[in-house]
Amino acid sequence: MNAALLDELRAALDPKRVHSDPSTTGLYRRDASNITGTAGAVCFPTSTAEVVACVQACARHNTPFVARGSGTGLAGGATPLDDAVVIVMTKMNRLLSVDTVNRLAWVEPGMLNLDLSRAVAEHGLHFAPDPSSQQSCSVGGNVANNAGGPHCLAEGVTNAHILALEVVLSDGSVVELGGESAEVDGYDLRGVFVGSEGMFGIATKICVRLTPLPPAVKTMLLDFDTVDAGAHTVSAIIAAGIVPAALEMMDQVCVGAVEAFVHAGMPTDAAAVLLIEVAGLPAGLAVDVDLIAEIGRGHGARTIRVAANEAERALLWKGRKSAFGAIARIKPNYYLHDTVVPRRQLPRVLAEVYAIAERYELIVLNVFHAGEGNLHPLLVFDKREPGALDRVHRAGEEIVRACVAAGGVLSGEHGIGLEKRDFMPLMFSPEDLAAQAALRRAFDPAGLANPHKVLPSPAGCADVHAVPDGVWI
Amino acid sequence: MDLRAFADEVGTDDPVTITGLGTRGGGVVDARCVQAPSGIEWIEADEMRISCAAGTPVDALNEALARHGQRVALPPGGTVGGALAVGHSGVRLLGDGALRNTLLQARYVDANGTLITAGGPTVKNVTGFDLCRLLVGSRGTLGFIGDVILRSRPIAPTAQWFTVETNDPWSALSRLYRPVSVLWNGTTAWVLLEGHAADVAAQAALCNLQAADVPEVSGHRHVITPAEERTLRGQFLCQLGTGIVYTDQPSFTAASPTPGRTGLARAIKTQFDPTGRLNPGVVVG
Repeated sequence: MNAALLDELRAALDPKRVHSDPSTTGLYRRDASNITGTAGAVCFPTSTAEVVACVQACARHNTPFVARGSGTGLAGGATPLDDAVVIVMTKMNRLLSVDTVNRLAWVEPGMLNLDLSRAVAEHGLHFAPDPSSQQSCSVGGNVANNAGGPHCLAEGVTNAHILALEVVLSDGSVVELGGESAEVDGYDLRGVFVGSEGMFGIATKICVRLTPLPPAVKTMLLDFDTVDAGAHTVSAIIAAGIVPAALEMMDQVCVGAVEAFVHAGMPTDAAAVLLIEVAGLPAGLAVDVDLIAEIGRGHGARTIRVAANEAERALLWKGRKSAFGAIARIKPNYYLHDTVVPRRQLPRVLAEVYAIAERYELIVLNVFHAGEGNLHPLLVFDKREPGALDRVHRAGEEIVRACVAAGGVLSGEHGIGLEKRDFMPLMFSPEDLAAQAALRRAFDPAGLANPHKVLPSPAGCADVHAVPDGVWI
Repeated sequence: MDLRAFADEVGTDDPVTITGLGTRGGGVVDARCVQAPSGIEWIEADEMRISCAAGTPVDALNEALARHGQRVALPPGGTVGGALAVGHSGVRLLGDGALRNTLLQARYVDANGTLITAGGPTVKNVTGFDLCRLLVGSRGTLGFIGDVILRSRPIAPTAQWFTVETNDPWSALSRLYRPVSVLWNGTTAWVLLEGHAADVAAQAALCNLQAADVPEVSGHRHVITPAEERTLRGQFLCQLGTGIVYTDQPSFTAASPTPGRTGLARAIKTQFDPTGRLNPGVVVG
């Protein structure tokens, strides 16, 4: 690590908030993915001015920087490469203001997703994106990855809930993108910044749209003898004109693991379980619940359970959101995928996912946002078994290719990061990718903000950075 | 849809402009004028998505979608491409959310005459940088949209406009559950409610709303902050909670873009259209 850069960072911030010792930089070598890089220094700014100072110091020394929230990302987006400076935003976690009438709030990027919803709950409001990691992921991270969650079926992903951003660009300038109005004029710079995975700059203040808590909620559990019957039910519900608040599916292996862990009373002998939530005003809700039950019965649902109270509802959701933790009962490691296919392709693609797992002698669990066709195949393995990780990577690649071939996309909510960077040509032509690179150049001509993520390296160019451990490519 | 002929027509060298039905002013003068193809490719109600060419009239698209019990959240009149290029929602902005969220994938012709795919075909997608965001509201300065995949949504079983005389429309905004629109001119509010008939009636009763005809919305559109809606005086009609105001005045005290924003906008234009051949003279801040 460049000693002059370290000195400048220590001069700009309280030296106690700038770390270069291996024990700290080692902790920040990776996010929640399996991909490990190297951090040159780790900084903890507490204000926009301090973020500007960090970025300016990096710019003077032509050193890349990586903004990091809670580090819950699954695609290696916050993994630092080539001794980049990691700028950790967790100390900037204040709720700055709330307008309860116009339903918007300004927050700092390190604020945790669930803390924001809890803070505004007393006004009957919440922040709609609800990734499974919402207890630990930050709003800034949600912005970087355009995060989703079960309730994004009706409410849309993070981009639909961000009104404005204060961002620090890689030259240290501070720009406000978007505005408090629902629809400002000009290029939608706010819109392209959301989901840019830290490659356009660092968000230092975020204006979020808040959503009213629904006056009534019904949570339903339907179970089926076949995965196909569950998947067809999903399409039929949408075709009938119902957009549930959430429409989730778990397969038998997943339900078995969850039930042993949470005891939510889920049927462990079912091939597929649908967790369906409808929310809104009472009359419309009752109609929707009846119609969903009718559609479910028409597709062979064995039982239709409607949560009788808030405790039962919370237990069902705990089952869904604990799925990843429950898996440790089967094998110590898992690799979580994230792809989207058109809903009507779910039965065919799921069958393919099972076949791929079988070919590679892996256990696969499926727990996913069925309403959006957003698959999350979870490959469970023990990395101490020789060759296991290699089989997981090869099976994963086949799953991704099968989903794109079925008219799907590489990622629904986790992002591309390093994990899927080199799969981008499956979806985009060289010209398409060049247009995306042009957009990035407009924001970051120096290329210092989280380089080497999302966009594949142009063919023929020597890779300037070491390929990190754990990456598929 | 084969967009090669459209890409060839846009060409590679001369100043070029694009027009749809001309409802938003049409193309610029002193440039060769092209038109995007038109026609619905497919409607997939169970996927809540449709594909059509950019020149398709919005009203024709919604008429076809209505047969499946669905609609797209674009304002009536003009073409799909025109609605997206201008990027202004109609009076349903509060309930539908911003128009920009409707666009899932676009294929556009860039300044080199090359066909580029932006976004992805599914309702949920975070694959790469989302160029669709850049196209909406860009007024044809970065590329000409050829065809699109749009998100569709169900038509509510009941929709009714209501009215009430009030100088405090914010109380209705707070008490009603997700109204589709709340318009206010200083003395009278108009509210659009949708949903099950019994819910709509109960909501209307909650705020003493009386059934009314569709209000007339006209004038110049301005953007302020939602908080500034409280300071409006004189002749105006605002979309409460959104910061969108219509007045008879062509100019209005709206905040001007900050220098940083303008610099970024210029950099984007330079990256995408270095010679300035697309819709010459149109500047988007």
